[in-house]
Amino acid sequence: MNAPTTAVGQDEASPGTHPSGDERFARIDEAMQKHAFEQDALIEVLHAAQEHFGYLRTDLLHYIAHGLKLPSSRVYGVATFYHLFTLAPRGEHTCVVCTGTACYVRGVDRLLAAIEAESGALPGQTTPDGRITLEVARCVGACGIAPVVVFDGNVEGGQTEDSTLDRIRKWDHHGSE
Amino acid sequence: MSVHTLRIDEKDVSARAGQTILEAARENGIAIPTLCHLEGLSNVGACRLCLVEVAAVGGGTRLMAACVTAAAEEMVIQTDTERLREYRKMIVELLFAERNHVCSVCVANNHCELQDMAVAQGVDHVRYDYLEPTCGVDLSHQRFGLDHNRCILCTRCVRACDEVEGAHTWDVSGRGTLSRVVADLNTPWGASETCTSCGKCVMACPTGALFHQGSTVSEMIHERTRLSFLVDAREKKQWNA
Amino acid sequence: MDQNELRSIVEAERSERRPVQVRVCTASACLASRSREVAGRLRAAAEGAGLGDRVDVREVGCLRLCSEGPLVKVEPEGVLYERVGVDQADSIVGAIGGGTAEARVGDLSEPFFARQLPIVLENSGAVEPERIASYLAAGGYGQLRRVLREMTPQQVVEAITRSGIRGRGGAGYPTGLKWATVAKMPPGRKFVVCNADEGDPGAFMDRSVLESDPQRVLEGMAIAGYAVGADQGYVYLRGEHPLTIRRLRLAIDQARRLGVLGSGIFDSPFNFRIDLRIGAGAYVCGEETALMASIEGRRGTPHPRPPYPAQSGLWGSPTLINNVETLANIPAIVREGADRFAAIGTASSKGTKVFALAGNVRRSGLVEVPMGTSLRTIVEEIGGGAPEGRSIKAVQTGGPSGGCIPAAHLDTPVDYESLKALGSIMGSGGMIVMDDRADMVDVARYFMEFCRDESCGKCIPCRAGTVQLHRMLVRIRDGQATRDELHRLEGLCEMVRHASLCGLGQAAPSPVLSTLRFFREEYESRLIGG
Ligand SMILES: Cc1cc2nc3c(=O)[nH]c(=O)nc-3n(C[C@H](O)[C@H](O)[C@H](O)COP(=O)(O)O)c2cc1C
Ligand code: SF4
Ligand code: SF4
Ligand code: FES
Ligand code: FES
Repeated sequence: MNAPTTAVGQDEASPGTHPSGDERFARIDEAMQKHAFEQDALIEVLHAAQEHFGYLRTDLLHYIAHGLKLPSSRVYGVATFYHLFTLAPRGEHTCVVCTGTACYVRGVDRLLAAIEAESGALPGQTTPDGRITLEVARCVGACGIAPVVVFDGNVEGGQTEDSTLDRIRKWDHHGSE
Repeated sequence: MSVHTLRIDEKDVSARAGQTILEAARENGIAIPTLCHLEGLSNVGACRLCLVEVAAVGGGTRLMAACVTAAAEEMVIQTDTERLREYRKMIVELLFAERNHVCSVCVANNHCELQDMAVAQGVDHVRYDYLEPTCGVDLSHQRFGLDHNRCILCTRCVRACDEVEGAHTWDVSGRGTLSRVVADLNTPWGASETCTSCGKCVMACPTGALFHQGSTVSEMIHERTRLSFLVDAREKKQWNA
Repeated sequence: MDQNELRSIVEAERSERRPVQVRVCTASACLASRSREVAGRLRAAAEGAGLGDRVDVREVGCLRLCSEGPLVKVEPEGVLYERVGVDQADSIVGAIGGGTAEARVGDLSEPFFARQLPIVLENSGAVEPERIASYLAAGGYGQLRRVLREMTPQQVVEAITRSGIRGRGGAGYPTGLKWATVAKMPPGRKFVVCNADEGDPGAFMDRSVLESDPQRVLEGMAIAGYAVGADQGYVYLRGEHPLTIRRLRLAIDQARRLGVLGSGIFDSPFNFRIDLRIGAGAYVCGEETALMASIEGRRGTPHPRPPYPAQSGLWGSPTLINNVETLANIPAIVREGADRFAAIGTASSKGTKVFALAGNVRRSGLVEVPMGTSLRTIVEEIGGGAPEGRSIKAVQTGGPSGGCIPAAHLDTPVDYESLKALGSIMGSGGMIVMDDRADMVDVARYFMEFCRDESCGKCIPCRAGTVQLHRMLVRIRDGQATRDELHRLEGLCEMVRHASLCGLGQAAPSPVLSTLRFFREEYESRLIGG
C-alpha cells in the first residue's frame, strides 16, 4: 500500500495544495468535510472517490478509512458489498446490458450471449486490451422500450443482436485506428 | 425486576425482563442448538439454527430466532418439533455443501461445533451439490492461520475482535455466497496493521477456519469457553483491566 | 416563506405562461429516445415560426405511454404526438392553432388513458420537475401549509388512518397505524425516511414519480414529519439512476431556498430538513433494516425485527419509513379529505395503485388505476393485450418476491388480499406480461438467480439455499432432474421461506412456488423418467 500518509486534517485541504500532489484527493477531502467527517458518510465518500478516480484503489480506501477514523476492514467490507463500487479499473468504454424482468422477457439473454461472444468478456469483466467493460444492470427504468443496453451512459432501447454488435464493433474500430 | 412466565416445551419457566428465549431456556436446562451465538458477544440471528416455534395469537406458530427474541409473558414455545429438526438438518447440510469441509484432515476434527451440530441433528449425508469453491488459506500470520474452506460466515471472529479486543481487524467482504472474512483491506493477516495477535478470534471460531499454527488437536479444546469467561470477568469487574 | 411570497411566485408563474404549451416528456424512457433533442428542435421551430411569445416548450415528466416515446403533448389543444422524430418539430409547430402535423397522433380517449385515474400521477407530465414554481402554481405545498395552520399532528395522523391507505412498498401495512406508532413514541429525535430504492428489476413507478413530480414526495414527507414529530428526513435513492438523483437534488435545493423546507416553515414553529442518501446497487437495501444500515454508512445487511424501525430505527431513534408512492398520496389525501380517498378502491384496499406495465404487451408504460380494477382491464384494455399473433400466458406481479398469475385468473381484482390469495403480492407495482413463448421454469430460475445474486449473505438459508435452488431449477429446465429432485426443491423452498432472516430470503421461493402451483406440468414433463 502506498497511500499518501498524511491524514486529512480538518483544515488543511485547501484546493491546489493537497499534500499528495494529486488534486483529486482534495475532492475526497471535500466530501468528507461536507459530512463533518461523520463515519456515517462512508458510502457518500466512496461515491465521491469513485467519481473522481474511476475506481476504488486500495490506497483510496486506506485514505478514507484514515480520514473517517474507521477500521479499514469495515471500509473494505462496505466497498465490496455494493455492486456499484468497483475496485478494478474500467475499460475505455462500458456496455451495460439490462437484465431486468422486462428485458429478460424480451429476450435480452440472447443479446448478452452475443456480446459475450463478440467481446470475450463476461459481465463484470474488461476485455484484455482494456477497451470494453461489460456489465449487467437490473432494470435501468426504460422497460417500455425493452430490451435496453446502455453504451457509455447512453440508454438505447429496442436493441437487437445486430444493432448491439454494430455499436461494439464501432468502438473496436475507433480504438484501433 | 419484573419477571415473565412462559412455557417452553411444556415446562413452565420464568425469565427476567430483557432475557432472550435462548437464555431463559438454557437457564432451565433446555438445550437449543446455536452456531452464530457465542456467550459474551452480541447476537446477530444469522445461522437460524436456534429457530423455535412460538404460538401465534391467531393460531398456528411463528418461527423466531431464540437468540434474538425477547422472552415475553405467556409465550408458548416449542424448541424441538419435527419441522424444526428437519430445517436444522437442511441448514447444516447447506453449510457442508457450501465450502470444503474435509473433517478428516481438519485441525478441529472432533471438537468442531459444526461437526457436533451435524451429529446432533442426525446429518448422515448431504442432499445438495457440493459447490467446491476455490478458497484460500492464509498462513501469513506467525502464530495463527485462516482457512476459508472451513469458514461458515458466523461472524463470531468479527464480533470478538471488535467487541472484546476492540481492534476490528476482521470484517466481511463481498456479499451472498461470495462473502469472505477479511483482515484490514483484504491484507494478509500477518501484514495487518490492526491485529494485536491476541488470539480472541481463534478462540471464538466454531470450526477449524481459524487455528493456531502448528497446534495439535488437543490444544484447541476448551479454547472457546475462555472467551466468554473473559467477557464475564470483565463485566463483573473481577479484573482491573 | 410567507403567504405573500408564495402568492407572488404563483402569480408570476401564471402570468408568464404563454397561450400554447408544448410538453415534451423527459422521463427515462423518452429521454432514451432523444426527447431532449426533440424539445430543442421544437423550441427552435417555434422561434423560427415567429411564435416565440405564444408557445412554451416545457420539459415535463412522464406522459405515461412509454413504449411510444418520445411523447409530446400540445395544450390546451390536447393533442398527443407519439414517436416524435427531431425532423417532425417544424410540422408539429406548424399545426399549432389548427392543421395536421406530419407526426403520429395518439388517441387520448383510448383505454390506455381513459381507464386510468391519476392521483399520484396527477401532475406527471404537467408540471416541470426541475422548477419548483411550476409545482407551486399547481397548488403545491398548499397542503403542507394548511396542515401547519389548521391541523394538529394528531388530526393529521387521524386523517391518514381514516383514509385507509396502506403502504405501497409491498407489504401493504396500514400507513395510519405506522404513523401513529412513531407519533406515540416519546418526543425526541425522530426521522422520516422515504424508501426510493425500487429494486424490483422490472419496475419504474417510483423513479417516474420522482423524475416527474419530485416536490410532491417532499411535501408528503414534510407532512409526515409534522404528524409524527420528526424534523429530519432522508430520501434513500438508488445510485443507478443519475437523472433521478439530479432532479431530486435540485428539488431539495429549490425547496430549501424557498423556505418550504428548513426552519420555521410557513411561519410555524415546524422545522424539517431533507437530505439525500444514495445507495450503491443492492436490492436488499430496499428492506427497511438494511436500508437504515446503509444510511448509516454500513453494509446493507438486515437485522432481526423487533425492534421495528418505528420504535428504534436510525441511530436508535423512532423512524418512519414509507415508500415513494405512499408519500406521494399524502398531499392528495389531505386536499381531498380522507373520506373521498377512502371512497376509491375496495373495502380493504383504498385509493389507486401505480403499475409499471411492461413485457410482452402492446402498450407499455405507467398506469394508475383504482384498486380493485381487474388484471384483465390493465393488461388487455390498457395494455392492448399480447403482441400480434401471441396470447397472454401469465402476468407477473411483485417481482422477485411475487408470483405469476395465469391468464385464467385475469379477472382477479388488484387488491392486496386477492393477489396474495393467488400466491403473488401487490409488490411495489412492477407488472410484467408474459406471452405463450414464456418458459415458466426458466422464469422461476431467472428470479432465483436474482435472489442468489442479491442475497446479502448474512443468514444461511438464503445465502446457501438460493444457490442450491438455482442449480436445481437449471437442472429441471434442462431436463436433467428426477422426480426426487423436484421434491428436494419443494422441501428446500419451504425451509428458505420460513427460516430466512429477512423478506428477501423469505420471499425468494415465491416465484418457484407460484409457477409450481399454476404451471406444474412444465416442471413435471421435463423430469427424467416422467
Ligand atoms: C428485499 C426487500 C426489498 C424491498 N424493496 C423495497 C423497495 O425497493 N421500495 C420500497 O418502498 N419498499 C421495499 N421493501 C419494503 C420495505 O421494507 C418497507 O416495507 C416499505 O418501504 C415500507 O413502506 P410502505 O409502508 O409505505 O410500503 C422491500 C422489502 C424487502 C424485504
Ligand atoms: S473464521 Fe470462524 S469465526 Fe470467523 S466467520 Fe468464519 S467460521 Fe465464523
Ligand atoms: S434472507 Fe437473505 S438477504 Fe435477508 S438477511 Fe438472510 S441472507 Fe441476507
Ligand atoms: S427491465 Fe430493462 S429497463 Fe427495466
Ligand atoms: S444462534 Fe440464533 S441465529 Fe444463530
